[in-house]
Amino acid sequence: MDLTLSPHELKFQAEVRAFIRDNLPADIKRKVEGGMRLVKDDMVRWQKLLGARGWMAPHWPEKYGGTGWSPVERYLFEEELALGGCPRVAPFGINMVGPVIIEFGSEAHKRRFLPRILSNDDWWCQGYSEPEAGSDLAALKTRAEADSDDYLVNGVKTWTTFAHYADWIFCLVRTDPKAKKQEGISFLLIDMRADGIAIRPIRTFDGGDEINEVSFTDVRVPKDNLIGREGQGWTIAKFLLGYERTGIAGVARSKKQMQRLRTIASREMCGGRPLIEDPRFRDKVAAVEIELMALEYTNLRIVSAENAGQAPGPESSLLKFRGTEIQQAITELLLEAVGYYALPYAPDALADGWNESPIGPEYAAPLAPHYFNWRKASIYAGTNEIQKNIIAKMILEM
Amino acid sequence: MDFTLNDEQRLLQESAERYLAKEYPFAVRRRLLATDLGFSRETWKAFSGLGWLGIGIPEEFGGIGGWGVETAVLMEAFGAALVGEPYLATCVLGAGVIRLAGSPAQKKALLPKVATGDLLLAFAFAEPGSRYELGRVATRARKNGSVFVLEGHKAVVIDAAAADILIVAARTAGGVADRDGITLFLVEADAKGLTRRDYPTVDGHRASEVTLKGVAVDANAVVGVVDAGLPVIERVIDDGIAAVAAEAAGIMAALNRQTLEYLKTRRQFGRPLAEFQVLQHRMVDMFAACELSKSMAYMAAVHAGDDDANSRAKAVSAAKVQIGKAGRFVGQQAVQLHGGMGMTDELPVGHYFKRLTMIDTLFGDVDFHLRRFSGG
Repeated sequence: MDLTLSPHELKFQAEVRAFIRDNLPADIKRKVEGGMRLVKDDMVRWQKLLGARGWMAPHWPEKYGGTGWSPVERYLFEEELALGGCPRVAPFGINMVGPVIIEFGSEAHKRRFLPRILSNDDWWCQGYSEPEAGSDLAALKTRAEADSDDYLVNGVKTWTTFAHYADWIFCLVRTDPKAKKQEGISFLLIDMRADGIAIRPIRTFDGGDEINEVSFTDVRVPKDNLIGREGQGWTIAKFLLGYERTGIAGVARSKKQMQRLRTIASREMCGGRPLIEDPRFRDKVAAVEIELMALEYTNLRIVSAENAGQAPGPESSLLKFRGTEIQQAITELLLEAVGYYALPYAPDALADGWNESPIGPEYAAPLAPHYFNWRKASIYAGTNEIQKNIIAKMILEM
Repeated sequence: MDFTLNDEQRLLQESAERYLAKEYPFAVRRRLLATDLGFSRETWKAFSGLGWLGIGIPEEFGGIGGWGVETAVLMEAFGAALVGEPYLATCVLGAGVIRLAGSPAQKKALLPKVATGDLLLAFAFAEPGSRYELGRVATRARKNGSVFVLEGHKAVVIDAAAADILIVAARTAGGVADRDGITLFLVEADAKGLTRRDYPTVDGHRASEVTLKGVAVDANAVVGVVDAGLPVIERVIDDGIAAVAAEAAGIMAALNRQTLEYLKTRRQFGRPLAEFQVLQHRMVDMFAACELSKSMAYMAAVHAGDDDANSRAKAVSAAKVQIGKAGRFVGQQAVQLHGGMGMTDELPVGHYFKRLTMIDTLFGDVDFHLRRFSGG
């Protein structure tokens, strides 16, 4: 057991750090660190820089553009990105459909889609949830009926993050309505420019506009766009659950947020002294910090086991539910920290081109929206309750 | 960066688990609990034969070296088996003081005997008025010519009844809460003027109130530097915390195993309890609490040896907060999920729960360490 970084790892860390220092555009860094809203251009600009360095898809096999890094190096890389103020890399292409195509796609699929994911020329979104199929995902109804060389797709997908940015959507669709629930599902790639697709934005109560409803009316999709076999969709969805999710805890991003919390709480005053010196507030901060440490070392334990050759497993569900609980706790403390200045609602202050002076301290405007927005974290990617079902079933065998 | 056990550590883990599963089943603990001593000297000798008592003791003094992670591995196994032998008092705390601060002569005289199982130690650091503050020491050691004369009352000295030598923290200078002025002394258990009131503890161990009235020791009894004992005490107690954190992780894992087994076999409403989602999620929360605690216990084990007092304190206190909270949760829920059976003395559940509860108290509880973690 050695919790220090080896000379090789330190060198690696320094290399990543230097790359970020020299390449991350200042306006993007400012937005990320200030909790402001990123638009597609911000994310693509940054991801293209990563891509140019060859660091877009560290976890992919090297022959498809992966870096060949060890799990520990990948962990350090993620950590540096977060601590350095880089935007989150949009997961849909790199972490979701990419690995699926690599594992289940044909050579033609790989040649067609993987390079454009790596180069950030295609933006992907995920078509899983439906109005009547949330946690019970296998109840999905979107139909894909064979029609000569095509499928005709009809149905509605919802909570689709960044559908309005997307060139492509990967969908779970029902190809066999007679088969058992899970067995009639297939994994289909659909061009977002196809006729019959309509996107309706869904405004969230924090003022956000990330998510959408996507409806399909007689959308014609070539059968070539099927990944794997008909009926294999559920297997593919489960494959993704076990795939490289050690970053899911978001430990480094939470550390970065803890730093921000400490900075803000040292500037905010309470009883004539910095808020961070108030024993009640300070103890709450310390308690969350310790919970984050416990998660961090659990994450490291899992990454170390992977480094030693152990396959990743359902313990990533623990990382997901604890990680999001802690992220939410931090957003709550940030909200509390600014007191009255949580109240002013200035959505424009979070976007580009706002020139007015801030209402209250400059850091206050995003905190309440962020707190509200982040309630999503325990709901998306399988609710935390679903994660507990997974652990109960897969690890505890209950 | 490698947060896994090495081959020797894995071997130690396997042999400890195997030995204890065979030689230290719950029935043995129950039998030992009923004895005066509360543990078995034979078993202690067996531990020595396995090399366990030599962990942390340099090879030149008859030990096998290693520390921190090795101790954690052993303590985790001791937790799962509810071992009552005085390992914490003798090997972690007592031998720890000697190892860290003892003179070459003291090391040579004492450490080999610890390793062979022929010397038991106890560490008398707490007092009735000190609560968890290590620097609050009212017991006095007055210098009188070439001897020191000790006067005072040391509280809840773990495993003092069996100890051959007590290591006593006493004030040689300064006011009751001054950081400077504390000195550590070796005091023979049968020293004139030393009296003990022995009692069992709620978690099945043994402890004593130790009264010192005109106990005279010579200058050779001083461990370390006169007036500069507190940093040694702090370091050793941090080692103790790392050790009980690992013990707690072992207990939680065992409690979870047994509770899960119970849920799978116990049937109500025509089906196993394990099929009820409310219990599944509770069990998952217990599983998570245990895994998070184990991570923190090993993190503390790695950091307990840090020379930098601040980073050590942060790491160790964070672990103590984690295991305190998690231990209470897992212990309470294990009893709850066992229903009425969980309340009985015949099942190990209650025994584990009691030990976990007392581990929170040992060396400072959640509140104390939360304060220490956040720096005041």
